[in-house]
Amino acid sequence: MSIITVKDLKKGFDGLGVLKGISFTLNKGEVLSIIGPSGSGKSTLLRCLNQLENVDSGSITICSDVMVQTDEKGLVSYSDKKILQTVRLHLGLVFQNFNLFPHMNVLRNITEAQMHVLKTSKEEAEKNARRLLNKLGLSDKEKAYPCQLSGGQQQRVSIARALALNPEVLCFDEPTSALDPELTGEILRVIKDLAKEKMTMIVVTHEMAFARDISDRVIFMDDGLIVEEGKPEELFNNPKNVRTQKFLQRYE
Amino acid sequence: MGQLLLQMLVGTITSLKIFALTLLFALPLGMLVAKGRMSKNRLVSKLVNTYIMIMRGTPLILQLIFVYFAPYYIFGTSYDRFTAVIVGFVINYAAYFAEIYRGGIQAIPKGQYEASQVLGFTKVHTFTHIVCPQVLKRIIPAMGNEVITLVKDTALAQTIGVAELFRVAQNASARQFSTMPIFLAGVFYFIMNGLVSKSFDVLEKKLNYYN
Repeated sequence: MSIITVKDLKKGFDGLGVLKGISFTLNKGEVLSIIGPSGSGKSTLLRCLNQLENVDSGSITICSDVMVQTDEKGLVSYSDKKILQTVRLHLGLVFQNFNLFPHMNVLRNITEAQMHVLKTSKEEAEKNARRLLNKLGLSDKEKAYPCQLSGGQQQRVSIARALALNPEVLCFDEPTSALDPELTGEILRVIKDLAKEKMTMIVVTHEMAFARDISDRVIFMDDGLIVEEGKPEELFNNPKNVRTQKFLQRYE
Repeated sequence: MGQLLLQMLVGTITSLKIFALTLLFALPLGMLVAKGRMSKNRLVSKLVNTYIMIMRGTPLILQLIFVYFAPYYIFGTSYDRFTAVIVGFVINYAAYFAEIYRGGIQAIPKGQYEASQVLGFTKVHTFTHIVCPQVLKRIIPAMGNEVITLVKDTALAQTIGVAELFRVAQNASARQFSTMPIFLAGVFYFIMNGLVSKSFDVLEKKLNYYN
C-alpha cells in the first residue's frame, strides 16, 4: 500500500531549478534512502514533503490525503489548512542540526507538541515521552536541557520528539552530518531499530554503507532528478547509470 | 532637613510613577512596533521605520515639549501635563524597545521556526512559547541599559512642569542657596538604579539554566 505518492514535483529558487520533476512512491513499512551529491535536491524534496517549501508544480498525496495537486492547465493548488495540518502530522522530520527547543528540558521538548497539537493530557504525554526516552536509552536525561547533552543524545531526543506525535512516516534530513563517527553510529543504530519495527522512513544520507544496510529501496538523485532507483544490492553493486557509478566510486 | 527629605520623597514618587507607567505601556507597545518594523508590508515597515528614526533622532526633551504643546497649537486645547509626560516617554521608549526586540527576534535561528512548523504548532503558539522565551533571555542586557536610562530620563519631565525628583531638588537648592539637595537627588537616583540593575542581574541568573 502506497503511503506517499509524489508526481512530477518541480521546485525552483529564483528561477533556478532545484527539483526538475520528481516522481516516486513510498509503501507502508518501507525504508527509502535518498543519496546523491550536495545540491542535488535531496533536502529540498524532504522539505517540500514537510511543507517547509512550497512546490512550483506537481502533486503530493500522503496517506490518501491530497496535500498539493496540479491540474491540466498547470494550476497548483494546496489543500485547505485543516487537511494540510493532517498531512503534516502524518510525517515527522528529524533535522540535521536537531533544532531542539533550548529553553525546554528534554521531557518538555517531547511533550509540548503532544499537549498543544494533539491535545493529549499532561500525564499521558509524559508517560508517552518517558516510554520513548526509555526506548532510546535516555531515561536519566528527562530533566536535562539540550545544551547539557552530546550531539548524539540531542539527536535521539529530536527523534523521540518526532515519534511522540505517532507519525506514519519519519523523515531524516542528513541526521548524522553534524556528528562525529562515534555518535553517528549511535544514531544509525536507533534508525536501524526503528526499521526493524517496520517504521516507514525516508532517510536522506551521505552514509552509503548505512543506506545499503537498512534500505528496502534507494534513490540516487542528481541535479534535481531521480537518476536511478532500485534495491540497495542492485544500486550499489551494479549501478546502471554512469552518473551513479561515478558518484559511488568515491565511496569505495 | 526632615522637610527636605519629605519633599524629595514626594518627587521620587512622581519619578517612580513616570518610570512604572512608561514601562507598563512601552514594553508591550514596543513589541507591536517591532512587528510593524519587520512587517512584509513595505508601507507599514517604512512608516514604522520613520517613526523610529524620529524618536531616536531627536532629543526626548524636544519630544516632550512637542507632545504637550502641539495639541494646543493645533486644536486650541491642552491637556494634563503628567499625561503628556507619559505619552512622550511611552512613544519614545517604545521605539528603543522595538529595536531591542527586533534584534532579539531576528537572532532566533530559522530552525526553531521550522521545528515548530513541522510539529504542527500554530504561529501564535510558536511566538509565545518558542520564540518569546528565547528572545527574553537574549535581550536582557540591552534592556537593562535602557531601563537604567529611563530612571535618569524621568528628570526631563520637569521641562513641561511636572515636579519630579530633580525639579524638587533644584527648587530646594535655590531656596537654601546650596547645591546639597541636588547631590542628595543624585544619591536617590543611584539607589533606584542599584535596585534596577540588581533586578536585572537576578533575572539574568534565573534564565541561565540553558545556553
